[in-house]
Amino acid sequence: MKKLISDYGMLGALLLLCVFFSWRTWDVQQPTGAAAGRQVAGLIERMLPKTGRVLIAARDNDEDREFVGTLTEQLKRDGIAGVEAVYGQPVDARRAMNRIVEAGGTIDVIACNHATAEWPVFQNLGEKIPALAKATVIQPLSYHWPNFLKTDNLLNVANQIVVIAIIAIGMTLVIITGGIDLSVGSLVALSAVVTTWLVAHVGGAEQAGATAMVLACLAGIGISAALGLFSGAMITVFAIPPFIVTLAMMLVGSGLAYLLAKGESIYQVPESFIWLGRDTVGGLPISVVLMIILYIVAHIVMSRMALGRYVYAVGGNREAARLSGVPVVAVLLLAYTLSGALAGLGGIVTASQLKSGSPNYGTMYELYVIAAVVVGGTSLSGGDGKVFGTLIGAFIIAVIQNGMNLTGVESYTQKVVLGLVILGAVLLDMLKKGGWFRRSRKNAN
Amino acid sequence: MSGIEKSFPGVRAIKHGRLELFAGEVLALLGENGAGKSTLIKVLAGAHQPDAGTIAIDGQPVQIRSPQDAQRLGIAVVYQEFNLVPALTARENIFLGREKTRAGFVDRASEQRQAEELFRRMNVRIDPEVLCRELTVAQQQCVEIAKALAQKARIIVLDEPSAVLTDQEVTKLFAIIRELQTQGIGIIYISHRLDEIFALADRATVMRDGEYVDTQPVKNLNRERIIELMVGRKLDREFPKEKAPIGPARLVARNLSRGDKVKNVSFTVHAGEVLALTGLVGAGRTETVRLIFGADQPDTGSLELDGKPLRVRNPRAAIRAGIGLLPEDRKGQGLVLGQAVRENFGLPNLPALTRLGFVDHRRERETFGRYVDALKIKISDQEQLAKNLSGGNQQKVVLAKWLERHCELIIFDEPTRGIDVGAKYEIYLLMNRLAAEGKAIIMISSELPEVLGMADRILVMHEGRITGEITDVAAATQESVMKLAVS
Repeated sequence: MKKLISDYGMLGALLLLCVFFSWRTWDVQQPTGAAAGRQVAGLIERMLPKTGRVLIAARDNDEDREFVGTLTEQLKRDGIAGVEAVYGQPVDARRAMNRIVEAGGTIDVIACNHATAEWPVFQNLGEKIPALAKATVIQPLSYHWPNFLKTDNLLNVANQIVVIAIIAIGMTLVIITGGIDLSVGSLVALSAVVTTWLVAHVGGAEQAGATAMVLACLAGIGISAALGLFSGAMITVFAIPPFIVTLAMMLVGSGLAYLLAKGESIYQVPESFIWLGRDTVGGLPISVVLMIILYIVAHIVMSRMALGRYVYAVGGNREAARLSGVPVVAVLLLAYTLSGALAGLGGIVTASQLKSGSPNYGTMYELYVIAAVVVGGTSLSGGDGKVFGTLIGAFIIAVIQNGMNLTGVESYTQKVVLGLVILGAVLLDMLKKGGWFRRSRKNAN
Repeated sequence: MSGIEKSFPGVRAIKHGRLELFAGEVLALLGENGAGKSTLIKVLAGAHQPDAGTIAIDGQPVQIRSPQDAQRLGIAVVYQEFNLVPALTARENIFLGREKTRAGFVDRASEQRQAEELFRRMNVRIDPEVLCRELTVAQQQCVEIAKALAQKARIIVLDEPSAVLTDQEVTKLFAIIRELQTQGIGIIYISHRLDEIFALADRATVMRDGEYVDTQPVKNLNRERIIELMVGRKLDREFPKEKAPIGPARLVARNLSRGDKVKNVSFTVHAGEVLALTGLVGAGRTETVRLIFGADQPDTGSLELDGKPLRVRNPRAAIRAGIGLLPEDRKGQGLVLGQAVRENFGLPNLPALTRLGFVDHRRERETFGRYVDALKIKISDQEQLAKNLSGGNQQKVVLAKWLERHCELIIFDEPTRGIDVGAKYEIYLLMNRLAAEGKAIIMISSELPEVLGMADRILVMHEGRITGEITDVAAATQESVMKLAVS
């Protein structure tokens, strides 16, 4: 248990942030769509005999169609047959009511959602259409719930951070080996551009098939991985500091992306290209599912497999690792290649989310990724860190950004806050490890 | 200092520390690793705050809250790892943080005069304008001492100063210390080499398990008595050498050369043999074994193991061939200090402990557990970080790594440096056992008593060449070895 706290202490910080933003965004909520339909159906069942007649008033949009659909279906199941729905503006509702009354019919209940219940036509209905004086207007009950904790918002948080979080897996490995990879942001752009360019110019543009798109994606990931491998080779063979090598590759990657895209965005991709970025499976976006799988795999590799042990050993003491028979060069090459490949994957997810490829994707991503890793408790001096810590770090950043958006903090202020939070998180981590004071002392000696 | 107590999370480093130093004397501070010597010194230097106890200087009680306090009170510590900036000159290092200035500018001439004066006082010849990284280790040590003198230190603590020096340099260091003694400076001298204590110290204070044991004038003590005080029990012999039957040749090295460090070195190690490789520091001994272990590549030369040619492109290949190396720099090369001891143990053994890439944690734990018991490794649990172990226990962990690999040739590079008497003895016993199993052992050591006590055959190196071989170790003396080492 103690180990768990020290390993994932940042989880507490993340939960506190969630609690804070939940409190700050505590607000009145109106059920919509299917939820509203179910609730209204429940209310109607309780007060209306089976012979009763219901008119559903709804706006002409997807959400309300869902509301109507669920409501009618449920009422039908309960044996209430006299159900009619009207879509559109208040005037449409009025026309429908008049038509029913003129045809000699009647309405017992007018089912509304929170929006249509506000329509003036339903206020003092008895004065406007005396025949309907006894009709009751029913709307779903409002309730209190934090905006932050609404499913849509939480998915939004996950969607916003998914690319950063995926890249951060590779960065965690690289940082644990004692290195750094500044090129990931550029590789996001390069991979996005390469993939969309291939789809647009080779794969058949809007008519591209699934195989063509998959191959294009593999090419995008492959070229990023190749550049990562190249960085790794420079770092291991020529012993150039990782900071310099990847700084150079950051410029190279970005330049290549602009050259290939001729400085413009590439939009000629089929509709189905958004599958990875926007489609969902079981309520979760596919990209988020992919991210979770990647994290689980990375965690297993790092904690259970020899490879993970080697990564930690190389970062902890490269020479001791080498003299213990660890294939140091191979481990480093792999770390940088993986970092490149995951940045490439991040680029494809971005391109899919935005349904286009542009050389200015991924700007500053390297900094957010490094921040996520460091906030997650990985030491920049290498040899120490946890993959799941990084995921928590990424979510801390995402939650702070999202929470500030919800509470109306302007974007410039957000940057200041985010910077301070990163600093604070690392400081907290060092204090928690109890090494802060001692370490500064040691340096002073 | 009296009644000093100091605890760290989970460890009571000092239960009862006591120390009394007179002006102009050399006091030896003795004890096994983990006895609390270093902690006591750090309390004196202001690096740690004691939980209890008092410190008085010239009869005045003092509080030492920071290294700055200690400096002001005239206390200076020369640690094993020097605190010098390599890219600054000797003079700049001596006056670092206390530069002599005139109108904001560094007064170089005055600093230079004073630095020269300090070196003259110590009777050494060092150019104050040479960059520290260009000085030898011994000279760097002199700069450290000069720095202490420049701070007008009246108490100088030397923490294992001879560990990094050659015998000649140690002699010189002693001369410097005696010189300082006549100037009324009190010296606390920490060392594991008992010979030095008898040659240098006036009195000796012994600590054991964080407690003060005794203080005696050195002339009332002998080797056995000191070891007894340190270990708390009697030791039969310092070197428990047992000769194993010497078998056929296992490793043959032919004409190994690399740069100007290793020149045309050829030798053979046999099964059951402990071959000592000795000589002065920098004679090329470590460089030679690094070629055998694949840590460096030779320019020329070839190796043969058990009659078959051996190519070692990297340490991995050497390990696969059955060679193990206990490096000289245990912390820098032997262990990943920030990792658990279990993980350190597993590092070279993972191929055997892994199935489909997955580490079998349970088997790793059980295997290491056997070594913990067999080698009497003192750890709180297997997850303890390697850096929190004493030197002797660290060395045992490194040993366990290679024992589990069942290495046929084990290279011990300065196996007992900085290790306490008890652990030393156990490592010697282990060497005996390995030799008896028919393994070949190369032992590099600068400590001649150890070489003479444990080796079956001695090779002496000087400036990258083998300058002598002693096959009749029983008849050899320190002098005869030394003669070959400086030839």
